[in-house]
Amino acid sequence: MGNFNSGGATRRRFLGAAAGLLGAAPLGGLGLLSRSACADTIDLHAKGGPGQRSLTAAFPEKGRMILQRTRPPWLETPFDVFDKGVFTPNNQHFVSWHWATFPTSADVTRYALRVHGHVNQEISLSLDDLLHGMPRVELAAVSQCAGNSRIYFQPRVAGAQWANGSMSNARWTGVSLKDVLDRAGVKPGARMVRFGGLDEAILPEAPKFMKSIDIDHARDGEVMIAFAMNGQQIPMLNGFPIKLIVPGWCAVYWIKALNDIEVLDGPDLNYWTTTAYRVPNKPNYTVSPGEKNLDLIPITRNVPRSFITNVSAGDIIPLGAPNSARGIAFGGDKGVKSVDLSTDGGANWTPASLGADEGKYSFRQWRADFTLTTPGAHVLMVRCTNSDGETQPGKPVWNPGGYMGNMIESTNVLAA
Amino acid sequence: MPRRLLVILMWTILASSSAAVAQAPQKLVSPPEVDLPFGDAAFPDGPGAEAINNNCMACHSVDHVMNQPSLSREGWEEVVKKMVRAYKAPISLADQEKIVDYLAETKGLD
Repeated sequence: MGNFNSGGATRRRFLGAAAGLLGAAPLGGLGLLSRSACADTIDLHAKGGPGQRSLTAAFPEKGRMILQRTRPPWLETPFDVFDKGVFTPNNQHFVSWHWATFPTSADVTRYALRVHGHVNQEISLSLDDLLHGMPRVELAAVSQCAGNSRIYFQPRVAGAQWANGSMSNARWTGVSLKDVLDRAGVKPGARMVRFGGLDEAILPEAPKFMKSIDIDHARDGEVMIAFAMNGQQIPMLNGFPIKLIVPGWCAVYWIKALNDIEVLDGPDLNYWTTTAYRVPNKPNYTVSPGEKNLDLIPITRNVPRSFITNVSAGDIIPLGAPNSARGIAFGGDKGVKSVDLSTDGGANWTPASLGADEGKYSFRQWRADFTLTTPGAHVLMVRCTNSDGETQPGKPVWNPGGYMGNMIESTNVLAA
Repeated sequence: MPRRLLVILMWTILASSSAAVAQAPQKLVSPPEVDLPFGDAAFPDGPGAEAINNNCMACHSVDHVMNQPSLSREGWEEVVKKMVRAYKAPISLADQEKIVDYLAETKGLD
């Protein structure tokens, strides 16, 4: 992969943290190295709780991942992966399951996707029906957990303690959900479409994990049922054999090992829709800690984000020499209109140039040249604005669930 | 090589490699049944460790808890309540108290 700094000045670190060193490590073929060849912990630089995590390669079909939870797995994409290109390799695409009873195998010959509820005829589709009986669709889209970056919320909140790597981008191939619904024939009066997968709650009274979207959204032609990511079948831990793709929406909607589609003629009253995954109905979903009687709304779409991927906190930037910053951005549920870089803590912004457009739901690479002309501390910041004109907030996002964090990222460096 | 040319060349490499996506499969193959790690066998010692060991590990591994931030006693009470009310963990009231004690002691704010 191209490295814009290959002809420029070299950098050294003044903070010798494991995370920083890993960020600078060469990556090609790492999956082939033995585990002992890799540093086996990473520092996520969290305040108010443990910041060290193990790096693991112990999960099937998965390469080096940050171990956030062993069972059911929460595996985070190491951040250095995002510097290599806009598509996250399948073996480093993040993993998150809610219930410990999730599929560890699937019989492709007997797999069935049931479509039922408020439809003219209940149908059951085989994988063969999906792979060969319907038109194929393809799009690139970022899957991002609504709780991405929760570990950086202050004050800290309970939940999956993701750093910035519970997001991954892939090119998805499959069939349109609209085509599948049309086969069953949606009856007039349908309101919601609810999705379930092979994962089951362990305790009998506990709520099965399901999510639903409006009927019009379900039939927009973009929501799809994928059987391939980046041209390969989906890894078991990412939802083999088929997965719902809701482009631009948080990954909680992207039901893995999808086997049940139910058309509802009323609201979806299941726990995961009515109670879980909710945010305050406020700008940037942000309230003050301790605020009571919040008006909560369901989490739906992604919001714009951007990251510098080739400069880490603590880097020393050669004074007066031309340098190049690069990274990734995404517009949330809209495309990236612009990305801007600031080298003075947000006082002045310079437009970055944008890389290839892989579609509005994809990561997009950006690059901006800069020169630091005064010695000492500098704060690099990057900001994405989407095609709706929505941009990232300059102040911290905070809500009790630790959701939708998208504050402008800052990277502290030293010019010397 | 002039810097500008180098930059253009690099962009071209980036763009072409990111677009190089293999053809999607015509057939899916069941991967072998996967065997997944369980995690630690028990929580670190502490007052009430027995209660947390007996009640919490059916649904999640130890590291789920150990990686959480430090929280106030009220914060931990809320977490344990959520496990019982929302996720239907069958934990006796007595054990709920012991679990909160353990968490407030080992992962408290003070």
